[in-house]
Amino acid sequence: MDKTINQKAWFLVLPVFLVVAFSAVLPLMTVVNYSMQDTFGNNQFFWNGVGWFKELLDPSTDLGGRFLASLGRNLFFSAVILAIEVPLGIIVALSMPREGWSVAACLVILALPLLIPWNVVGTIWQIFGRPDIGLLGYVLNHLGFNYNYVSNEVDAWVTVIVMDVWHWTSLVALLCYAGLKSIPDAYYQAAQIDGASRWAVFKAIQLPKMNRVLLIAVLLRFMDSFMIYTEPFVVTGGGPGNSTTFVSIELVKIALGQFDLGKAAALSLVYNLIILIVCWVFYTVMTNAGTERKAVAQGEPAAEPKAAAAPRPAGVLKPKEGVA
Amino acid sequence: MHSIPGRRLIMALFLIFLLLPIYWLVNMSFKTNAEIVSTMTLWPHTPTLQHYRRIFTDESWYSGYINSLEYVVINTVISIAVALPAAYAFSRYRFLGDKHLFFWLLSNRMAPAAVYALPFFNLYSAIGLFDTPWAVALAHCIFNVPLAVWILEGFVSGVPREIDETAFLDGYSFPRFFIKILVPLIASGIGVAAFFCFMFSWVELLLARTLTSVQAKPIAAIMTRTVSAAGMDWGLLAAAGVLTIIPGALVIWFVRNYIARGFALGRV
Repeated sequence: MDKTINQKAWFLVLPVFLVVAFSAVLPLMTVVNYSMQDTFGNNQFFWNGVGWFKELLDPSTDLGGRFLASLGRNLFFSAVILAIEVPLGIIVALSMPREGWSVAACLVILALPLLIPWNVVGTIWQIFGRPDIGLLGYVLNHLGFNYNYVSNEVDAWVTVIVMDVWHWTSLVALLCYAGLKSIPDAYYQAAQIDGASRWAVFKAIQLPKMNRVLLIAVLLRFMDSFMIYTEPFVVTGGGPGNSTTFVSIELVKIALGQFDLGKAAALSLVYNLIILIVCWVFYTVMTNAGTERKAVAQGEPAAEPKAAAAPRPAGVLKPKEGVA
Repeated sequence: MHSIPGRRLIMALFLIFLLLPIYWLVNMSFKTNAEIVSTMTLWPHTPTLQHYRRIFTDESWYSGYINSLEYVVINTVISIAVALPAAYAFSRYRFLGDKHLFFWLLSNRMAPAAVYALPFFNLYSAIGLFDTPWAVALAHCIFNVPLAVWILEGFVSGVPREIDETAFLDGYSFPRFFIKILVPLIASGIGVAAFFCFMFSWVELLLARTLTSVQAKPIAAIMTRTVSAAGMDWGLLAAAGVLTIIPGALVIWFVRNYIARGFALGRV
């Protein structure tokens, strides 16, 4: 808003530009180049035009079938992950202790899973879920469930999802906690004076204030769950059968396993594009929702209670609409 | 008013859920392999340090930790060094293509590592960096630099412009202002950004494994290979896993007071 125009600022950005260009643009060009060609080994390349892309989007071919199947699994996985982790993260953030040493203790424990290398996360759950040596698998089997993530598809899916919830819910919780911490006490005092219910406080104060961090949380969780590779690879290896083979696993199989560079490159480009588009849609929808609410809140005078969820100055909080 | 009914119970259950698998790993790392395979015990009945001893005395094991730390530190230093001036520029100035550049930077955070594994392999082989910590450090810049710019931009924007103007009126040159005044003001932000770079570089495996073969092999790769070769040495695997958690736990302890703000990327 009050930024000054200064083209010399480019000099400050130049180092970043060079580093990222080196490690992003050059490889990306290689990918684009490969995606148009076919290789039969010996570094011999043949022009293939858009052939791979056509095959990729046609489910009747081998490549297209594998890609679309793994894409479907991946989309379903991301949807489940978001549906569980976002509400759970908000609940955990709301349950954080208020002050004292327990705050620091909770923060440290919450952040712990985030700093474990991803293959170790896989290893932890691989061990934990095994019926013979893992606590979870052992207990479940002794309770009469026939739980075995190596041979049963549903069990494999449940294991991968629970593992991801274990691994990443903390991220959502920490983000929401940061959002909650930024709410001034005056808001709560005003709500108390108005006799607002717990739910009204959540809907009219806490949720709108968490809007920004929730956007970050949803974006990060979508990106990372859509790019997931290491954890399911270590736990299930993409199996049983192909039931937990996500797009990244399929891609690495084609690129580094079969060394089918053309196919892998075409898949990479489409894959990357999907992530970009979905992120852009999320971003636009969520920021628009935010600005609309703000516009409503600013446009309407304080006496005009219209949108219940609109963030408004503390003094004019009308809790009763929030309840409805 | 701030929190919800039953919050203590919810928090306790969630923390137990987080800690139980980690406890199981620690528990296993102190058991002998015979005890792991033969009986189900909730704590080690014949505690042993043999797995840890093996890791600390066998160079092929402990060199993995050194290699990993090496590229993580290089990456963190590069990321912060290039991201700081850029964060200042994005926060204070408008210039040609600034918004596009910012989005392009962030779009690299959305690129799956699997996409870049092979081209990186070609690129770093071609320039002779393959199997050095530099290759992994530079490769990890692709997601860490945008993140560092994003976090630091939030923190720089929290510093009032008047401070810049006063410093320049006082005759500070730009580099001197940057190092003497701005950097100390956003020290916590730099700490948080460094924490994030450390974290994402430390946990990443696919690129680190693809770009190294012998000399610079990270601990994560050593774990996967040794395990598949030697059958299943569960105790050793568990001990190696526990040791990979420790650097992260130490780092968290140091930044615990800034962690919440950091996770919001300095934007609340």
